[in-house]
Amino acid sequence: MDPTAPLLEVANLSVEYRTQRGVVRAVGGMDFTLAEREFLGVVGESGSGKSQLLLALLGLSAPGAAVHGSIRYRGTELVGAGPRALNQLRGNRISMVFQDPMTALNPYLTIGQQLVEVLRLHRQLSRADARSRAAAILEAVHISEAQRRLKQYPHELSGGMRQRAMIAMALVCEPEILLADEPTTALDVTVQAQILTLLRELRERMGTAVILVTHDLGIVAELADRVAVMYAGRCVEDADVRTLFADGQHPYTRALAASLPRLEGPLPERMFTIPGNPPNPARLPPGCSFAPRCAYVHERCLLAPPPLTVIGPGHRKACYLDGLPPIAGAP
Amino acid sequence: MTQAAASAATSPTSAPGTPGAAAGSSSLWGDAWRRLKANRAAMAGGSVLLLCIVAALVLPLLSPYDYYTLDWNHLYQTPALGAGWHWLGTDALGRDLLVRVMWGCRISLLVGIVASLVTVIIGVLWGTTAGYVGGRTDGLMMRFVDVLYSVPFIPFVIVLMVLFGRELLLIFVAIGAVSWLDIARIVRGQTLSLKSREFVEAARVSGVGGFTMILRHLVPNLIGIVIIYSTLTIPTVILFEAFLSFLGLGVQSPMTSLGSMVADGTSQMQSYPHLLIIPALFLAAIIYGFNYLGDGLRDALDPRDR
Repeated sequence: MDPTAPLLEVANLSVEYRTQRGVVRAVGGMDFTLAEREFLGVVGESGSGKSQLLLALLGLSAPGAAVHGSIRYRGTELVGAGPRALNQLRGNRISMVFQDPMTALNPYLTIGQQLVEVLRLHRQLSRADARSRAAAILEAVHISEAQRRLKQYPHELSGGMRQRAMIAMALVCEPEILLADEPTTALDVTVQAQILTLLRELRERMGTAVILVTHDLGIVAELADRVAVMYAGRCVEDADVRTLFADGQHPYTRALAASLPRLEGPLPERMFTIPGNPPNPARLPPGCSFAPRCAYVHERCLLAPPPLTVIGPGHRKACYLDGLPPIAGAP
Repeated sequence: MTQAAASAATSPTSAPGTPGAAAGSSSLWGDAWRRLKANRAAMAGGSVLLLCIVAALVLPLLSPYDYYTLDWNHLYQTPALGAGWHWLGTDALGRDLLVRVMWGCRISLLVGIVASLVTVIIGVLWGTTAGYVGGRTDGLMMRFVDVLYSVPFIPFVIVLMVLFGRELLLIFVAIGAVSWLDIARIVRGQTLSLKSREFVEAARVSGVGGFTMILRHLVPNLIGIVIIYSTLTIPTVILFEAFLSFLGLGVQSPMTSLGSMVADGTSQMQSYPHLLIIPALFLAAIIYGFNYLGDGLRDALDPRDR
């Protein structure tokens, strides 16, 4: 492990499943780098491969998945690494928060037992030290009466509190990277806002880099430094958050932004929607995956998928079309 | 939900007894004990069981009779209280029925508990491993179970007895070797469904590896079904032992077990009903005790069910 190497470098990462109906490509050729303390938002529709990407980063793709490409954490290759090496990273250097806090905690173990388990897996700590550390991290995620909560079972906590406990579990070893898979989808809106504020605050305080996967553009606009837009397993555009929202160059990014409801201006007769459905990942079109739904489709879009090319500082897109006009009225 | 309803139905007074506020809950076992105490049916079952165990251990020591001495002056004596009489009567050979029933309880309880423990330990470990590891390992392990299923049981026991002699230990081995198959299948099925739950994934994400995962995360979640299954297994095993004894493969005379006493009693029930009724009553009491205690334990050990 090389502390000077970039935090996380992903190159040409693909995850494929061999099924009876052919090879399903869940993730196809992802390339990105995560810098220290960076907050990367990954957006896309259901089935665009966002969650598969996160699982692949931890070496947790379902058995039978063929994972190719390269994932380097501080210069160490993770693709093809043994379970022992991966277990030392998981929960320790790289950890993950799940979507549904109702099911992601073991109902038979108290919150304290689950926190202490993670700590003692990765740190040589006495039981008493681990417990006080666990109480401290619960306080850090703003769970009141930490000592009492440690002795409680997951079902005794509310949904928002369980998600906080999940985040505490993920952060208890002070990882360098936190992967969050739609951490607020299962919560109601006010609690969502609290959890997002918490994520931002913890990033500031602990300096953890975050990859947040979501289908909610609003969350990304609020929190992320940089955004990657995924479609059918590929990254179609990535840029820093301002550029993406002000000057998104891929038609899919534009369409996503256009389908957000707006507060100002007259209410449209109907909300904008993107026509058609995402393609079946077992039968992707030979060209650009978005071509069948694209308003600007061109002949050569149907022949070969466009490569991800740099079009500005820190701004890449995978589209043959050049120069969409800037979005009017964007921030 | 249904568990809550069931426990409320069996113990109407439990609701005010259990502090719903759970003022600073303690360990899983401490909690479980508190909730078990509030469950009347379970406590009744447990008391009956405890009474049988204590009686089986103590009474033979206090009685002037033993289980094998014949009393030619009192063949087929009916129950009668008083000095010089056999309180629960005697059997065809004039052996004291009270002492024999107590020895029968000892043997039956021992067979039931030990064989069930063997069954549960092997079955749970086998089932969780197969279910959790999955893939080819799962296939191999479960085909092995299928093969064992197809071995005819009686010839298997006869071969065991011939090879190793008639010993009590062998009865445990024989019964355990057969009945763990069921629980392995049940547990494997449960494990498969647990495996897809997110908390297992979450534990993997935290770096929890194979065996810790099975023992710490999967087995506790199986506790309900395992306890219910064991309490159903114990009576089956006790009856199984009776069946083996009936064939002359189990406990050998003059030693006895509740099962074989019931079998003996059945043949003479028209002339001497006490030879059937008394051991049958104890057998029923033990089975009742296990069933209700097991039901209560399952409810008590589920932390969600307060």
